[in-house]
Amino acid sequence: MREALSKNGGPRVGVYICHCGKNIAGLVDVQRLTEYAATLPGVAVARDYKYMCSDPGQVLIQKDIAEHKLDRIVVAACSPLLHERTFRSATEAGGLNPFYFQMVSIREHASWVHTDKEEATRKAQDLVRAAVQRVIYHESLERRRVPINPAVLVVGGGIAGIHAALTIANGGKHVYLVEREPTIGGHMAKFDKTFPTLDCAACILTPKMTAVRAHPNITLWTYSEVSQVEGYVGNYKVKVKRRPRYINEELCLGCLECIPACIYKEAKHPDEFNLGLSKRRPIYIPFPQAVPQVVVIDPETCIEFKSGKCKKTCVEACGERNAIDFRQTERTEEIEVGAIVLATGFKTFDAGRVPYYGYGVYPNVYSALEIERLVNASGPTGGEVVLRDGRKPERVGIIHCVGSRDENYNVYCSRVCCMYSIKLAHLIKERTEAEVYNFYIDIRTPGKGFEEFYTKTLAEGVHFVRGKVGQVSDWATAPEEQGKLVIQVEDTLAGMIRRIPVDMVVLSPGLDPQPDAQEVRRLFNISCSNEGWFLERHPKLAPVNTFTDGIFLAGACQGPKDIPDSVAQAGAAAAESLALIDAGYFELEPTTAYLLAEECSGCKTCIPLCPYNAIAFDAEIAKAAINEALCKGCGVCVAACPSGSIQQHLFDDRQIYAEILGVLAGATAAS
Amino acid sequence: MEEQRVGTVNGQEPTIVAFFCTWCTYTAADLAGTSRMKYPPNVRIIRVMCSGRVDPQFVVEAFAQGADGVLIGGCHPGDCHYVEGNYKALRRIALLKRVLRTMGIEDERLRLEWISASEGDKVARVISEMVGAVRRLGRLDLPAKRRGWDAEVLPHGGPTEALAAAAAPDGR
Repeated sequence: MREALSKNGGPRVGVYICHCGKNIAGLVDVQRLTEYAATLPGVAVARDYKYMCSDPGQVLIQKDIAEHKLDRIVVAACSPLLHERTFRSATEAGGLNPFYFQMVSIREHASWVHTDKEEATRKAQDLVRAAVQRVIYHESLERRRVPINPAVLVVGGGIAGIHAALTIANGGKHVYLVEREPTIGGHMAKFDKTFPTLDCAACILTPKMTAVRAHPNITLWTYSEVSQVEGYVGNYKVKVKRRPRYINEELCLGCLECIPACIYKEAKHPDEFNLGLSKRRPIYIPFPQAVPQVVVIDPETCIEFKSGKCKKTCVEACGERNAIDFRQTERTEEIEVGAIVLATGFKTFDAGRVPYYGYGVYPNVYSALEIERLVNASGPTGGEVVLRDGRKPERVGIIHCVGSRDENYNVYCSRVCCMYSIKLAHLIKERTEAEVYNFYIDIRTPGKGFEEFYTKTLAEGVHFVRGKVGQVSDWATAPEEQGKLVIQVEDTLAGMIRRIPVDMVVLSPGLDPQPDAQEVRRLFNISCSNEGWFLERHPKLAPVNTFTDGIFLAGACQGPKDIPDSVAQAGAAAAESLALIDAGYFELEPTTAYLLAEECSGCKTCIPLCPYNAIAFDAEIAKAAINEALCKGCGVCVAACPSGSIQQHLFDDRQIYAEILGVLAGATAAS
Repeated sequence: MEEQRVGTVNGQEPTIVAFFCTWCTYTAADLAGTSRMKYPPNVRIIRVMCSGRVDPQFVVEAFAQGADGVLIGGCHPGDCHYVEGNYKALRRIALLKRVLRTMGIEDERLRLEWISASEGDKVARVISEMVGAVRRLGRLDLPAKRRGWDAEVLPHGGPTEALAAAAAPDGR
């Protein structure tokens, strides 16, 4: 290779070794690595620096390009997924094509995963050598620019989706807001008060819901789900399945006269919105402030759907408005958007999975979400906290961390349960004057005003017992336990086992990913963490981005979050979407496949392999023809081409072979 | 590069070349790093956009150049960023293993794994397992073997006869 290089006088490679403070230099001998790099064929300059990504580090590259007439750059530092863009820009700022650059990860792939200084340094040498050999084959490339469709799809109409949709719409862009339930509002619509300010949830949420409905830039589709996503950043084609609600949304005025007119004089079916704590009719509206103000007919329970012999008193009540339409069918809408915000939220952990807490066995063991409905002024009891038989509880026990911080269920902390448990303790005490006990492992109140709220609730006389509850049972062993639920717990502060009889047990379950998170993730081609939450691109620097450009995350679909954090994240996702759209175009990585036409034999092996139909057969010249606009750069066809006549920019055969040879030069030399 | 490698029976550490897809397994390897998980330093990771980009010739070339094992990492079935590149990798590797077997390269030296972006622990585990398996097999060292084969046949009249000798039933 040295001869080949000296013939044309180049290339001249600059190699930069980053210390990353002690992160790399702590294990890799950066001095030796730099000296080694300087000896490699083609290397004109090799330097090490404390922080290559800093301004002085980048300027170092730019100055060297001018002074030493460098035409190739290698930086050995952190992962290319973190800083490749940074150093490509530095290369470009120095006057070189940004793709005359190769990055080597000696932090994530060497210093952080190994313990032996010698071995880590040797590995870093192999990796740097491979990069130097590879970068010599790099070519000048242009990024492809694609236009951005200015519309945005927001999936999920909870507080995160609502806030993202409104922010984007206020920015002057069109938003499609798709919600699976018959109304937007999500979990927040079920709450009475929010912690730690005890703001009335409805008072701060419903105006935003109405604003969504009224906004000229928002198309709201409830009772609808995304069924297909195609395309790429700036140019997504999305199909949305709209379930029939058997009501013409344009004609329904929201007068709700049809509901009492229903042939069912008494509501008989469990009301989903109230978690079955009340009943509804087959024709219903989830809650009085629902948006849109349009009723729904449930075909599972409606007599007309079951027998076809109903008197249709609802239709009579609707009269000439004529909004009820039993023949409505599922429709599919097709839209084109440039960006997508996923705000699909969470599901509370199923408390019934913990058998020793008796949820579903003892009627007076409730989940926290049920209590949220009971304390809610517009809930099934009008805000009265009562037991199933209507009695007021005199003693209430609230059990924290149900399904959270538990190796049998979820190991993570769900972040919101301490605070909502304290809030419910306050509200229950306020409504019933009951003795309220909180059973906790640790109290976690790391938010603005959270600790103060906890202290205030303590001062109100709510009891806090530190210990994980072992069992809830109705097995009385003492007269005061008769007819009560007994909470058995090891009080770890008092150092004793206690049995506390109560009338009502409230289980505070943690947050789970949506049960269909995996399907949704596949639909949008994004990743999930091990627990099933959608994976952000970088936990600190790109918390609302995903690995798929143009798809952003907002709210609890990314991990347990309270309302302020969900709203903040929704604003961030909206800002990211707006920034993407307002740029007007997006630059795609130039890693597309290209054809060396003279070598193509026209065997057609590649054509059926392409998942994007980017390869056609040009019958006139009997060769393949690649449409680079459709190519996404996976390289499957490149690997399959028997004559090597398809290559891939930045990943062509010569570059990869040079890399293979480079990493193995140590192994062969030693043998 | 004449340094002595230490730690194995014959005084040499095995080298494993890994091809990781950028979306899942390479990201998982980054996660293993940020989580400070530890694995043996014998692996050299080469980034590709998709496991479907791994040309079987890359694998053969890696062995020919002195690799003792080759590891390919892609997204789980159904998760491929490019729809189904990982399935193509699966088919190619299955076929390639049969070819390598006839060349005396054991199955354990070539491994295909599905590792998602969140499975940093799996990267560490798979690499550790594979280094262990390859150590047990010993070094492959195809370059040295090839030199030995050449030395055997070349004095008798060059490559043509060498090919004939290799094709004979009792080739070696």
